[in-house]
Amino acid sequence: MRGKKQGLIDQKLQDLNNDGVDRRGFLKCMAWAGTGLVWTLNGGIPGSRAFAKTAERSAAKGADFTFVQISDSHIGFNKPANPDVTATLQTAISKINAMPHTPDFIIHTGDLSQLSKPSEFDTLDQSLKGASAKQIYFVPGEHDMLSDNGEQYLERYGKGTKGTGYYSFDHKGVHFVGLVNVANLKAGGMGSLGHEQLEWLEDDLNGRSASTPIVLFAHIPLWTIYPDWGWGTDDSEQALSYVKRFGSVTVLNGHIHQIMQKVEGKVSFHTAMSTAFPQPAPGTAPSAGPMKVPADQLQRVLGITDVNYVVSGHSLAIVDSPLDTSVSSASENGSGSSLLRLAR
Amino acid sequence: MTRTNVWVRSLAIPAMIAMLLLAGSPRVAATDQSSTPNAEVKIDNFSFGPQTVTVPVGATVTWVNHDDIPHTVVSTDGVFKSKVRDTDEKFSYTFTKAGTYSYFCSVHPKMTGQVVVQ
Repeated sequence: MRGKKQGLIDQKLQDLNNDGVDRRGFLKCMAWAGTGLVWTLNGGIPGSRAFAKTAERSAAKGADFTFVQISDSHIGFNKPANPDVTATLQTAISKINAMPHTPDFIIHTGDLSQLSKPSEFDTLDQSLKGASAKQIYFVPGEHDMLSDNGEQYLERYGKGTKGTGYYSFDHKGVHFVGLVNVANLKAGGMGSLGHEQLEWLEDDLNGRSASTPIVLFAHIPLWTIYPDWGWGTDDSEQALSYVKRFGSVTVLNGHIHQIMQKVEGKVSFHTAMSTAFPQPAPGTAPSAGPMKVPADQLQRVLGITDVNYVVSGHSLAIVDSPLDTSVSSASENGSGSSLLRLAR
Repeated sequence: MTRTNVWVRSLAIPAMIAMLLLAGSPRVAATDQSSTPNAEVKIDNFSFGPQTVTVPVGATVTWVNHDDIPHTVVSTDGVFKSKVRDTDEKFSYTFTKAGTYSYFCSVHPKMTGQVVVQ
């Protein structure tokens, strides 16, 4: 979808990059890079550049801190789409541990387990013990709420949280809010935050300076991606109205097992890959269920997200990288191209 | 053999046969069907099939999960609620009262269905 707005974005991108490569040319180059895509936000205007291993080091150097988002580990899943989700989670953890800089913490955006079984949570905890980052923040997915009201999940990960498991914390000047939109779901609906949580969120944000960078994280996307498959949150609009006044807002979600990004004013939305199995793009399959890919391609459609924060510049770089980072050719339609999809 | 005994014996056998017959026959339902046909709902591709199933009072509906993702079967009016059902697991409910029962999957709430009991 072109038009005035798109033209404006392109213009601003050119100004930022200053390297003679326009957006379309960049996208073509990107297909060759294969390693990852860096999205930079500067006061809400998106900029992008190709990301190679050396760039990662310098991105980290300039950053005040970094953290990693992982999602949808689905420990306990054992069907053909991935018969060993614990192994692919382990690959993701090894990837985190191989980073030149240890992230300050890890955020897991839900569906830790497949069936909310204690043994599944145990296995997850055991695996995460081997991560270089020792602080891990969680929010539940719908698969973690399968025992009554998510009591198994809350018992393990709910300390200090309110209601269905929501909470907030501050880290080096950035305000993080973990939201739960997978509880008390209504027939025919999508994700739901609920009145109580919305009231708490409004109160939590009240009085904070508008220059405070905000990061919201929840399992189901807080923007409507594909209602037929439940990919959205019925009452997210109210939540987003509370963050409208802030200068930099980042929304991190999971649930859809693929990368989707959108920028709306000063709010940037991002969904992560799963560490367990991919799911089809909206409407391209009869349902949203696990998508089988050839075994040698599995690790290219699973991945982690590295977030680099430069507080002074109010800029945030989100780097998605697949578990398999071997260079892909331009003709391959792996995670390289899905990184570049922007909802308009 | 006394005369009383003979009299008792001549009645006893038909009486016994009659009792056996009565004991063996199914209880007659409110409808004029002598048995209550049950129904099966297949869960596949994040949907209930058929989405609407019609059964007589007293019928049992069995949901079978053919998806490789777990689902639940939860009545919107609190009438029935299954535990989480993984692939190949089943949930059954016997409907003893007429009515329309809407239900959904509490994990994937876009999945909805109806049981019409008449």
